[in-house]
Formats: sequence, structure tokens, C-alpha cells
Amino acid sequence: MQVFHPSTNTISRVSIFGAVFFIAGLLWLLNAFHRSSYYTEVGVPIDQPIPFSHKHHVQGIGIDCRYCHSSVEFSSFAGMPATETCMSCHSQIWADSPMLEPVRASFRTGEPIQWIRVHDLPGFVYFDHSIHVNKGIGCASCHGRVDLMPLMWKVNTLHMEWCLECHREPQRFVRPREEVFNMSWQPPADQAALGEKLVREYKIRKLTDCSSCHR
Amino acid sequence: MDSDQRQESVGVDDIAPVIAPGHDYSTVTDQISTIVLTRRTPRQWLIGFSIAFVVSMALLYSIAYLLLKGTGIWGINNPVGWGFAIINFVWWIGIGHAGTLISAILLLLRQQWRTSINRFAEAMTLFAVACAGLFPILHMGRPWLAYWLVPYPNTMDTWPQPRSPLVWDVFAVTTYGTVSALFWFVGLIPDLATLRDRATSLLAKKIYGILAMGWRGSARHWYRYETAYLLLAGLATPLVVSVHTVVSFDFAISIVPGWHATIFPPYFVAGAIYAGFAMVLTLSIPLRAFYNLGDFITMRHIDNMAKIMLATGLIVGYGYIVEAFMAWYSGHPAEIYMIANRLQGPYRYVFWALILCNVILIQTLWSARVRRNVILLWFISIVVGIGMWLERFVIVVTSLHRDYLPSSWGMYYPTFWDWSTYIGTIGLFCALLFLFLRFLPMISIFEMRTIVPQDGAPKH
Repeated sequence: MQVFHPSTNTISRVSIFGAVFFIAGLLWLLNAFHRSSYYTEVGVPIDQPIPFSHKHHVQGIGIDCRYCHSSVEFSSFAGMPATETCMSCHSQIWADSPMLEPVRASFRTGEPIQWIRVHDLPGFVYFDHSIHVNKGIGCASCHGRVDLMPLMWKVNTLHMEWCLECHREPQRFVRPREEVFNMSWQPPADQAALGEKLVREYKIRKLTDCSSCHR
Repeated sequence: MDSDQRQESVGVDDIAPVIAPGHDYSTVTDQISTIVLTRRTPRQWLIGFSIAFVVSMALLYSIAYLLLKGTGIWGINNPVGWGFAIINFVWWIGIGHAGTLISAILLLLRQQWRTSINRFAEAMTLFAVACAGLFPILHMGRPWLAYWLVPYPNTMDTWPQPRSPLVWDVFAVTTYGTVSALFWFVGLIPDLATLRDRATSLLAKKIYGILAMGWRGSARHWYRYETAYLLLAGLATPLVVSVHTVVSFDFAISIVPGWHATIFPPYFVAGAIYAGFAMVLTLSIPLRAFYNLGDFITMRHIDNMAKIMLATGLIVGYGYIVEAFMAWYSGHPAEIYMIANRLQGPYRYVFWALILCNVILIQTLWSARVRRNVILLWFISIVVGIGMWLERFVIVVTSLHRDYLPSSWGMYYPTFWDWSTYIGTIGLFCALLFLFLRFLPMISIFEMRTIVPQDGAPKH
């Protein structure tokens, strides 16, 4: 008795050979998904309770980063503005705007506005804003041109490989301290030489031990 | 079993056959394949499998609770961070080694007597490796991230630390598992074709047929098959030595007293083969009685395995002596204290039990009378299995619980969950073995046919 149809020969060859490609494709897909903006949210504007525009406040009005993120130079946390900070202007201008009602409600009740965190590092990473800012890493190096963003989004994945890119070669990214809050600063043609000089001057170490960040 | 008596009356020597007289091709094929192809599942099989299955469910339950709560449910803590999980890992992976030795090295050395025991010894290897592999993964605390051990292009831009023997372990064990599985499967192909041809139900024909991969037994098939099998044997041979060497490096690379010794690799390999042959005997003695396989697994096999067990056991005993000597010779107080602590410390009962099991009791194997007494031999093989487990307990626990810093000395007590996980893997091992016995030929049919004497004349 014939158990198998003659076509079984072809089917089994194709399926054994094809399984290799199928598994390889599956792994590639997993990797591609993990790096896609669907997963990392890079370039995806995040909806907030109030459609706050950095573009308007930074580029349009010219407010300094530190006016709202006031602890960025002294603390691990850059700081989020209290509702009072918003109201210092918005009690006078756009004071009746329906769009700003959540701000006024927060001011009346004392309940803080629940902003959605865009740059959310995992809990097992120790990160300190102040050391980066004080050693000449510009806001825009990590957060991108915030002054051009109507709604906030990430321009970097915050993957560990991205952190290490700079931690291994800080001279490629470091800038003079006075340019840290300058959104439109571009590395000069002699960044290679300038970077080396600043690394020496600011005593920047290449911290790539596991325990630098995973304490 | 009258074949036993026949052989015992002659005495076990070189003329004892590797297959009982009176067999030809068809009786060999019939007797082995009917165990698998019989429609009625034996009642004893059902009872045995049910017990093993229930125990392996206890393993699943323990793992589920572990994932829920974390490794804190085990007895491990500072200073003993390597409790049962590592003891069991080393124990199980060691047991697997007998299968590889029988199938690869004895094949290359053309030892005919390997033929009737290699199939289930290889199956035993596979199942033991499966049990072994579970433990380091569970011990990591976050087993769902186990894939981090494998080097792959990741978003962290880091690779597993290549200087760590724990990473070598990953390669050693996965290679071992893969090669063992391949070797076992390739060895099964001609027998799967036999089962395909002899099965009566269409479903069985189809399943065995797919697994047999179109084997027709043509001369060309056989030629390629023999080449492939020999190549795989060559590939598996270094693994007999390399896998447990790497496992021993987990200890020897460190500077913990009692671990930092060059004797570790050979000592571990000998221990692995010792425990492995003990396990093969523990399994084969009841199997040949229950399935009436005394004609195929003859007293010659039993005797040879007992001799290997004795030889490797003596090497292990030598290892214990060298450990003590090295501690004294090093002149290092911590090393000397480690030995004193083993002999007289809080875990001395475990140590002396280990000496009793692994060194003293096996001396009885010098006597041919003991080697021929299957019941006594079965008892000794179980004792050796326990002894080898105790050895790993002594190595892991007594070294860690009191090392260089007396201020951080402590005790290790296994918890209920330690035991349930360990016993659970024994259940898993037995359950897999029962399934194997029911669905695959436990003795290689086609290789047995090659040792059937032709024309009734004894063959050498």
C-alpha cells in the first residue's frame, strides 16, 4: 500500500528547506518590529492633556529651556513646571482660552496637570540631567530640535546602543557649555579638534562600565 | 529469565554473547518492534507513566510559583547563591554523558556491545540535557530574558561577556543538546522505516513515514547513512569531554576555596560518566526484566557497564584525594579550612554519605559475583546516582557557605520548592522516557541485526 502521494517528496524538500528561511524571516521581523517607530515611538507626536507647543513657546516667544525645566542644571530630574509657572503668563494672556481650561482648573484645585512622559527611561537606568548639561551636552543632542516641535516627540530611541554611541566617543557630541541651551547650534567644521579639547577641559570620562548606569 | 542463568553458569567472560543464541533477523525485528506496535498499552506502563506525569506536573507548578514569586522561594541567599539549581544542573548534565560515550566513543572503538544499549542511552542523554537546561534558566530569576545569553544583534550594543564560563556553558550545553538530538534522530531513521512498514494503522504509518524521511534501505541510502553517522559520532566524541569540562570551569575559574583547582575538568568528566553509567544501569535493569529483553541486554552488557562504573568511580575517588592534597599543598588557610569544614563542619553528614556512596560501596564491584547479581547491581547504581548528587551538593554548598570572610559565613537550607523542582525534573525525565519506550524502538533494530551470528556459527 502506498502511504504517501508522490508529491510528498517535493513538499517535504520544500518545507525542510523553507523552514530555514521561515525561521530566519521570523527573527528578522522580530528585530525590525523592535526597532520600528511603532515600538520605539520615535517621530510619533504624543497627545497631551493640553496641546502644548514647544515650537510656539521656544521659537516663537524665545523662552529659555530653564524657565520651565528649572532643575536641569542641578538635579537628575530636569523638572516639570508647576501650574503657577504657566499661570504667570496665562493669567494675563489667553486667560479665557477654552484650550487652557485644564491649566486654570489645575490652578484652582491644586491638582497637577497629568502630562504624558515622552522620554521615559526604564527604572533600572540611573540617569542624571545635571551632569550631562554641565559637561557640555546640549539639550538638542538628545531631545532634538524641540523648538520646531508643535507637539513633543522623541527623535532618538533611547536604546542602550544609542547611549553608548556617545559614552564611547563623547568628543563627537560635546559642545561649549555656553551653547548647551542653544537649539540651533551645529557642530563646527573642526568638531574633531574642538571635541578633543572640550573633553580634556571638562574632564569628560568615557563611562562605559555597566554600573555607570545600572547601579 | 533463563538466558541469565545460562550465562551465569558459564561465567561472564569474553565468550559471553552480546546477543543470546537462537536469534535471527526476523526474531530480533519482531521482538523489538512489537513493544512499540502493540495496540494494547501495558497496564504497568500506564501506571508508571501516570505517576511520572503527575510528578512532572509538580514541576510545572513549582516553575509557575517561581515565576510568580522569584528565586526567593528557594533556599538560596548570601552567601550561598548557588543552591539546588546548580547542583541539579551539574547532576543532570553529567548523567547525559554516558549516552554520548556509548553512542560516539564506543562506536568509533567498534565495541559491539554498545549496540543494544545505545538507543535508550541516547534518549536518556536528551532527556537529561532537557532537565539540566531548565535549571540555569530558572536560576536567572528572570527566565523570560534567557535569550540575552545568546549573542544576537541587539539594541543594547553589547555582547555576552566572552570571558565568563557561564557564557561558555550556553554554547557547551546548546551544542550538546543539538548534536545529541541529531545523533539520536539519525540513528532512528532506518528503524522508523521498519516501524512504518510494519505498522497496521494508517496514522502510525504516516507519522513513522514522515519521520523516516523516505528511507527505502537502498545501497546508496546505507552508504550515505553510514558516512553521516560516523561523522556525527566524530562530532559527538569531543563533547563527551568538553561539555563537563566547561561545566567544571564554572567552578574552577573562580577563586572560591575548593573550586579553584586544576583537577576539576578530568574529575568532573569522570564523575559525569560515572553517574551516567549508573543511570543507564538503573534504567536498563528493570527494562530488560519488564520487556523480557534479557536476550539483547545480556549479562555481558551489565557486566561491562559495571566495570566502567567501577573504573570511573575510582577516578572520582582519586579526585577526592587530590582535592584534599591540593588544599594541604597550597598552604592557604582558607583552602585547608575548606577541607576541614567538609570533614567536620555542619555539612559533614553529607560529605561522609558521599564517601560511602561513591567510594566505599562501589568497591564491591571488584567481585564478579556482585556484578552478575542484577538486583544488587541495581541497588548500587541507585546509590551511585545519589552519591554523585551529594558530591555536587558538597562542592557547591560547603565551599560557598564558609569562604574567606568569616563575618559573612552562613548556612544553606533547601526549601520545599527546591525539593519540588528537583523531584519534578525526575518526573519529567521519567515521563519522557515512558513516552519514548512506548512510541520508539528502545533498542536499535537494524544494528542488532548486524550482530546476529550468520549460519549459526559464532561470530567474532
